[in-house]
Amino acid sequence: MNNDIFKLGGLEFNSRLLTGTGKYADDSVIPDVCEASGSQIITVALRRVDLESDTGNVMDFIPKHMQLLPNTSGARTAEEAVRIARLAKAMGCGDWIKIEVISDNKYLLPDGYETAKATEILAKEGFVVLPYVNADLYIARSLVDAGAAAVMPLGAPIGTNRGLKTREMVRILIDEIDLPIIVDAGIGRPSEACEAMEMGADACLVNTAIATASNPKMMAKAFGRAVKAGREAYLSGPGAKHSHAKASSPLTGFLHEG
Amino acid sequence: MSFYPICAEYNDAPLAEQFGSVTEHDVRRALNKTTLSPEDFLALLSPAAIPFLEEMAAKASQLTLQHFGRTIQLFTPLYMANFCTNKCVYCGFNTKNNIPRSQLGPEELEKEAKAIAATGLKHLLILTGDARAKSSPEYIESAVEILRKHFPSVSIEIYAMTEEEYGRQVEAGVDGMTMFQETYNEELYPDLHPAGPKADYRFRLDAPERACQAGMRVVNIGALLGLDEWQHDALKTGIHAAYLQDKYPEVDIAVSLPRIRTHVGDAFTPKSLVSDTALVQNMLALRIFLPRCGITISTREAPDFRENILPLGVTRMSAGVSTEVGGHTGEDEDKVSQFDISDERSVDEMCEVLRKHGYQPVFKDWHPLQEAS
Repeated sequence: MNNDIFKLGGLEFNSRLLTGTGKYADDSVIPDVCEASGSQIITVALRRVDLESDTGNVMDFIPKHMQLLPNTSGARTAEEAVRIARLAKAMGCGDWIKIEVISDNKYLLPDGYETAKATEILAKEGFVVLPYVNADLYIARSLVDAGAAAVMPLGAPIGTNRGLKTREMVRILIDEIDLPIIVDAGIGRPSEACEAMEMGADACLVNTAIATASNPKMMAKAFGRAVKAGREAYLSGPGAKHSHAKASSPLTGFLHEG
Repeated sequence: MSFYPICAEYNDAPLAEQFGSVTEHDVRRALNKTTLSPEDFLALLSPAAIPFLEEMAAKASQLTLQHFGRTIQLFTPLYMANFCTNKCVYCGFNTKNNIPRSQLGPEELEKEAKAIAATGLKHLLILTGDARAKSSPEYIESAVEILRKHFPSVSIEIYAMTEEEYGRQVEAGVDGMTMFQETYNEELYPDLHPAGPKADYRFRLDAPERACQAGMRVVNIGALLGLDEWQHDALKTGIHAAYLQDKYPEVDIAVSLPRIRTHVGDAFTPKSLVSDTALVQNMLALRIFLPRCGITISTREAPDFRENILPLGVTRMSAGVSTEVGGHTGEDEDKVSQFDISDERSVDEMCEVLRKHGYQPVFKDWHPLQEAS
């Protein structure tokens, strides 16, 4: 397990939990959350970044060792997402970008078509593109073709804490897509992150469930452990499920003896 | 399509009767649903819902935390002019009121902008009276050009414009608009707005939709609570917000909940008394009906009240407010405010209060995209 390296965007990580920076009562808790969770990748909405501010800039609280993953929150079209990505790069936020294109403020569901368009443009420009999408095989395939570095299907609508509602669709993506699958959005409890990892997801991104917990630091720790536990379970090759009981000493075992 | 025929149906409906006939069962049913109909919203605004306020508060609080976290976006208004051609009977800027009138020129505007920017605020709401000849669309566009140097987000709360004019404001860098219908009651409206361009009920009613069509990113609507029976205007405001949210899903729809305040030359008696309980009920019902909707509470409300309602649904608050033209630099003692504010705390003081209550004051929540193209 010590050699279980998570490779993403040409880099290697020891943690498979990605965290976020939104919705905290106080950004100063972010370093504690990062430490407790063990996370090494953190997403930040560029629209909240205020490099001109003397105090209170969210970037001040992100530990230097973290891989920064700016996101395009607020983008309604591919064009806006591309502009935000370029702005993030110009502001010194690096060349990793999480594409979020949402043009429905009621349900906050991602627009797959616009996401694929933005992914294609930005991947060609050399960005490490991590698109947030519905758990849909066709969209995922188009993202592979577009040059995405990973596919980030939602577990449930963003911010809902409803859990892994797209379980079967995520399972198909894990089976069929030859890119890291990072379950993003909707995961509300560590057990749900654990389940996603047990299924074979490569990583989970959790923000709301940690940020809105009564004790974000403790919840971050719980998520860090759950993701690790789920990964270990997956790597250990869980026994197959059966619809009826199977004896540990098969009744017909004697037929193969001698 | 327009919201007008939908609103007209509610204006024609026997609303007092409908609110009066809501039962405890109707309220419980509304509270147990995840997606509420307009009838459910009406139930939550009715007198029958008052015994359920605590349950409503718990649900509204959970929904607000889920969708917005423990954050409150701060903004402040900048009054650019108080010339007005309207005779709104409840407003201090009423053209009949004998008050000193003024308008900020480019240099004064720059000074005001710098004074506000020094507080750290990044979201600005600019206001003028309704006087096109003085505060023309061109005047506002040129002001936005100055203000955008200091603020990533500039919204307008001005007279109703055409779609083409809103489009020009968007081009100039405006990303949000606020439009108060004041009252949705079409029969009552002319009594409150006897003269001036604002007397055109329908042109004002459809203004938020024209702004949506013109590409405005945030559209904020509201009624001035107390002009009509508050439940009636609250109901129509929520239905209006839902209409815009459904038809323009790409636009961030928000609602303000201002209660009528005293002002200079005050001789107006509100039709409905909007108690603290009523305002809270309105906010809770709105949050449960529209979980993703932004809700703004202004400094019209008292400090204690603003603090107590923090967990209940509010997502935006004004801070460091002056409702006078040029009020942020405070160089003219004779200036007159549009209405009296109740919460005079500075931005720093508001931030301290928010943090004390476990909330993060958010100064910047938008990054303009124009420069990047």
